[in-house]
Amino acid sequence: MTKDKLEKVAGNGLISRRHLLGMGAAGIGVAASNSVLGADAGINFEIPSWSRTPGPGASAYGGRSRYTEHLQRTHGAPNPTYPGGGSSRSPLQHLQGTITPNSLHFERHHAGVPDIDPARHNLVINGLVRQPLVFSYEDLLKYQMVSRIHFLECAGNSGALLRGGNENGTAQSLHGLVSCAEWTGIPLSTLLDEAGVLPEARWIAAVGADAASMGRSVPIEKALDDVMVALYQNGEPVMPGQGYPMRLFCPGWEGNISVKWLTQIKLTREATHFRDETSKYTDTQPNRSSYKFTFPMGTKSLITSPSGQMSLDRPGIYQVTGIAWSGSGSIRGVEVSADGGRTWADAAIQGHQLNKALARFTIPWEWNGGNAVLQSRATDSQGNVQPTRDAIIAERGTISFYHNHCIQSWGVGNNGEVTNIYV
Amino acid sequence: MYKKSALSIFAVLVALCSLVVNSQERVRLGTPISESDLEGFDLVAEPDGTGFPSGGGTARQGKAVYDINCAVCHGANGEGTSGNTIIVGGDMQSEGPPLRTVGSYWPYASTVFDFIRRAMPATAPKSLTNEQAYQVTAYVLFMNGIVGEDTELNANTLPNIEMPNADGFIDRSHILSN
Repeated sequence: MTKDKLEKVAGNGLISRRHLLGMGAAGIGVAASNSVLGADAGINFEIPSWSRTPGPGASAYGGRSRYTEHLQRTHGAPNPTYPGGGSSRSPLQHLQGTITPNSLHFERHHAGVPDIDPARHNLVINGLVRQPLVFSYEDLLKYQMVSRIHFLECAGNSGALLRGGNENGTAQSLHGLVSCAEWTGIPLSTLLDEAGVLPEARWIAAVGADAASMGRSVPIEKALDDVMVALYQNGEPVMPGQGYPMRLFCPGWEGNISVKWLTQIKLTREATHFRDETSKYTDTQPNRSSYKFTFPMGTKSLITSPSGQMSLDRPGIYQVTGIAWSGSGSIRGVEVSADGGRTWADAAIQGHQLNKALARFTIPWEWNGGNAVLQSRATDSQGNVQPTRDAIIAERGTISFYHNHCIQSWGVGNNGEVTNIYV
Repeated sequence: MYKKSALSIFAVLVALCSLVVNSQERVRLGTPISESDLEGFDLVAEPDGTGFPSGGGTARQGKAVYDINCAVCHGANGEGTSGNTIIVGGDMQSEGPPLRTVGSYWPYASTVFDFIRRAMPATAPKSLTNEQAYQVTAYVLFMNGIVGEDTELNANTLPNIEMPNADGFIDRSHILSN
């Protein structure tokens, strides 16, 4: 297919998503123009050494290619006043599809990762119930389970954008506190029914078995709706950094409320007002009142390629791709702009559009070698549209940094360098 | 006749299937316990006083406990050694971004006790006795000018403490979905 036949659908080179299949472009830097012949390009067609010698045999637990070891989470240095506290960020710009590998799922810990022996771990349900109960890990494995694909996003993800700076930011450093997995576990309602919720119980207090015994309150309506006690993550037991042997999972809501290393559910009349729902994870507004219990994560998307600190090596056609999600439903559509939001084109959704899960979008774009500003804007099944950064700041100011779901702008310079910019 | 027996076999099969499903729904493996079993395990201390242990303490008693266990991170007077460790001072109406501490920001005194008991000191959480947790709570509130040096904090008095920013929060918990 020649370039002049590609239908342009928005300013600065965005091409109709209908051309996706025909182009067969697979990733950044793949130009659709006729390439030079392989031999002329120096490609070696000798049989390589690995085709001449048998490799190692089967292994007990899979590792990855040594050529992909640069895919790493990033995390801060240890803080002596906050032992075990901190986060690690998923390398979003290197991932494809919608499922985050368990080893690269983001983490946020408040007192480190406990080394829990499942045989000595209990889940207690007490408080305003007819009969307080305790469940062993072995007990819970015998219950009928459900599997659901859901994103998880830290309330603090993307918060740095509100305060500006971060010119050298990447998709990972700015937005890497979001991941998506298939979670398998027991609907919390099953266990609560067994204990018998008393009518005056309006909240649950969920507590983890980490050194901080971190707790969060969840309204009973949510607890009886789609919350689960998750035991498996992408088919294997939940990773220690994600709460092994079990975590609460509250689909669509700020990540902190999906309490890891879950060991207690206490039914209460009111919210407990734990430290992590008063001092932290609250949003002070310009008038100095503060929002508490902001639960659903906003409708959001970002372009993961091209993204910050990448570079385009020559003018030509690139596959713009990214992820989108909403805490209130599925992703209905994603629009992409290459001219800083003046004109928009509909991206294609590549694969699933599941409830409260990541969706992968893609659209071809012809970079003409000039300046461009790439943005994406998600709309969810409830009609919620991702707002601009200016709109968020006008509404909420910059004192708070949690719950930011604004549009990300990646600037492409005429040298091909991609940077985090504000428009 | 043949049809009838096929139908009845079908009916039996349906009944068997629903039995299997029902029996799965009835899995009940929780072991009954009593609340008294959970003394020492259940650390949830609520704003209305639910869950607070017996005992109590004053700021005067808490100073020594604080100096030994807390000052290394939070400073001799709660001034902190890094942003997150400042626990005294601040003003929500200040001109620039407000310094949000226990004194200026936290809406309930119960949270101070609950957090100290479950999570502090950071290097050895749950190493304080309930008495010591009451005492340190009192001392932190005293440093913030919220209680007197000899005010006894216990399960009855602590829920009645009015925090300066108690009315500073807007509850959004009714928003389950946007």
